[in-house]
Amino acid sequence: MSMKKEWVAMLLAGGQGSRLYALTQKLAKPAVPFGGKYRIIDFPLSNCVNSGIDTVGVLTQYQPLVLNEYLGNGQPWDLDRLNGGVFTLPPYQKSSGSDWYTGTANAIYQNIPFIERYDPEYVVILSGDHIYKMDYRKMLQHHKDMNADCTIAVIEVPMEEASRFGIMNTNPDSSVYEFEEKPKNPKSNLASMGIYIFNWNKLRKYLIEDENTPGSSNDFGKNIIPNMLAAGERMFTYAFDGYWKDVGTIDSLWEANMDLLDPNVPLELYDPSWKIYSRNPVMPPHYVAPCGKVENSMVTEGCDISGEIDFSVLFAGVVVEKGAVVRDSIIMPGTVIKSGATVQYAILAENVVVEENAHVGERPELVENKDDWGVAVVGAGLTVGRGAVVPPKGMVSENIPAVETEEEGKNHG
Amino acid sequence: MADKMLGIIFSNMHDTALGDLTLHRTMGSIPVGGRYRLVDFPLSNMVNSGVRDVGIVTKSNYHSLMDHVGSGREWDLARKIGGLTILPPFSRTGSGMYKGSLEALWGIMGYIRSSNARYVILSDCDVMANVDYLDILRSHKEAGVGITVAYTRREIEENDQDNVVLSIGKNDLLNDVLINPDLQGDQNLYLNTAIIDRDLLIRMVTDAVSRGHYSFYQDILQVQAQADQVNCYRYEGSCCRIHCMESYFRANMMLLDREARMQLFDPRRPIYTKVRDEVPARYGLKAAVSNSLVADGCIIEGRVENSVIFRGVRIGKGTVVRNSIVMQGTVIEDNAELSYVITDKDVLIKDGRKLGGYLTYPLYIPKQTHV
Repeated sequence: MSMKKEWVAMLLAGGQGSRLYALTQKLAKPAVPFGGKYRIIDFPLSNCVNSGIDTVGVLTQYQPLVLNEYLGNGQPWDLDRLNGGVFTLPPYQKSSGSDWYTGTANAIYQNIPFIERYDPEYVVILSGDHIYKMDYRKMLQHHKDMNADCTIAVIEVPMEEASRFGIMNTNPDSSVYEFEEKPKNPKSNLASMGIYIFNWNKLRKYLIEDENTPGSSNDFGKNIIPNMLAAGERMFTYAFDGYWKDVGTIDSLWEANMDLLDPNVPLELYDPSWKIYSRNPVMPPHYVAPCGKVENSMVTEGCDISGEIDFSVLFAGVVVEKGAVVRDSIIMPGTVIKSGATVQYAILAENVVVEENAHVGERPELVENKDDWGVAVVGAGLTVGRGAVVPPKGMVSENIPAVETEEEGKNHG
Repeated sequence: MADKMLGIIFSNMHDTALGDLTLHRTMGSIPVGGRYRLVDFPLSNMVNSGVRDVGIVTKSNYHSLMDHVGSGREWDLARKIGGLTILPPFSRTGSGMYKGSLEALWGIMGYIRSSNARYVILSDCDVMANVDYLDILRSHKEAGVGITVAYTRREIEENDQDNVVLSIGKNDLLNDVLINPDLQGDQNLYLNTAIIDRDLLIRMVTDAVSRGHYSFYQDILQVQAQADQVNCYRYEGSCCRIHCMESYFRANMMLLDREARMQLFDPRRPIYTKVRDEVPARYGLKAAVSNSLVADGCIIEGRVENSVIFRGVRIGKGTVVRNSIVMQGTVIEDNAELSYVITDKDVLIKDGRKLGGYLTYPLYIPKQTHV
């Protein structure tokens, strides 16, 4: 038995993130790079550390290699602890058999022995696909003040979008009387953020009951929360009014990165009292050449820029050659954009090569039928050949060959 | 391991050469290149050359150095056995302060004796270079002598100080050591980097100290040169020796050259430094940066030309920074103008201030000054 902890966090990081398509072919969604030098998981992990949670279980299942290597011993987040720290928890074989994690609740159920080692009063359940800065201590205080069994963090969303979320219908004292998953006619605009604090003894009971219920989806939103509500447990919401974004789709991932460039968006990464930690690249400062031009952008160490950058987020070690143009795009680590190429409204994953005069993406105003427009995506390690064109909304998951121009065709005979 | 090397870095040597910059820090902790300290170069070179035990000899002002290297984790030197050891002045009699590197070596004899390394590699912190010490070791073993010193060949310029010139004879063996000689043309400049057989080092230092000799150059190098026991290794890569404010300025500016940068920051042999968890640099609406290095954590809203901008610097709207070195945490408000300025850490330059120096005499603004 390890030393008793007041609370531990369990971070659900096993999802495939299938709506990120080419970006999550070889890595789990929480490992997707974000904001110039982070991965999505840096946000919940840093929130944990900054909130004083020193024991975090990260539940992995889909493509865990990148995530495992990235987390390592947890040192970048100050989570290499004598007692506790960060642990990756993949499904494992037990004497009674072995199972993949069949749902979010099942993943926690399978790790009851992990949680019990710390004998916590409270368990915080987090997901690895949201960008936000939140002090979980305040939420825990609210949980204690309300003498709650379960507290669910909620954020106000525009009423017209409420039907896309799990909506909490509450009494004036913030207690929940009803939970509706994606309601057609929402009664409130308080959306669940996928952040829960449970009294561990209560959660444990419901996890075991749910596991023994045939046909259950073993999901927090579909099963655990409704079951607790039906049984009359003390369920409360905790209202959060900061920046919060689900980055589960290409569009929302692109938007959340762009939000970093907008001074009016309340996601302050420069705040020294709430740093977001990450594994830092070992590279010199970035260089902007005399012919380079950078405006309204974020640029990370190791970049070498001789082209034109506007409204873009460049990760570590990106090279933009002379005459290349990058606008409204997200360029992940190690990607090279060669001269004469243009990249607009696009997400290029790690170590992509955009060859000379290739074109990726397009500005919305230049696309006639707006339904044809969207952010173009190129998957990790791929090459967009010389002169090739990736249309808007394009989803590239294999190399694109060079397109010979007429002149070159003649030269080749 | 037959080729095991013990690294010794002297963090305080040459402190006086850069008066202002070393007022509150050691030579080794002078900020350079946007995010590094001078000690990062020998330290990373040692790690990249397979050295697993490194001692950093300090004398005074070493708080910033200790803060920077910490447990040595960033260099992968936080080890259960060996790894990084800070060696502050240590005294059995007297104040423990030492004058030269020989005396410093005498002070850490216990550390050197307790190592089982066959070779000791000694380096000061005044040279910015990416050196593979295994090349020097190879040359050392081929020569079959007790000492190998590294040098580079270049002209001594007018303002150069602290020049140690090697006179090299047959088979790359050292003939003589000349300190600040009046010589024209290309010379063999000692890079303050040497590999010495550990047993020989212990013997030489003990012997010299017992006779009241304290000069590494005269009492060790010259004596051993007489006996044809010093091999010379020529380093061909790009390197910068920092020995005065002007050379400090030039060394930073050298990094604006892509070739020099590629050599110095070769990704196969990275230069490690302390991690600060800064945000990527952010460029504002009217930002215009040209031929400059910009580190993480900066917010740039003005113009920057031919400059090195360290981590966490803010450059306001309408401000123009040219040919300058702006260290960590400096804030330059709106509509200011800087030309040939070196600001130390956490300087504040208010709205509309105009500051300027010259290439040969950059204007230095001390740490935490408000202008």
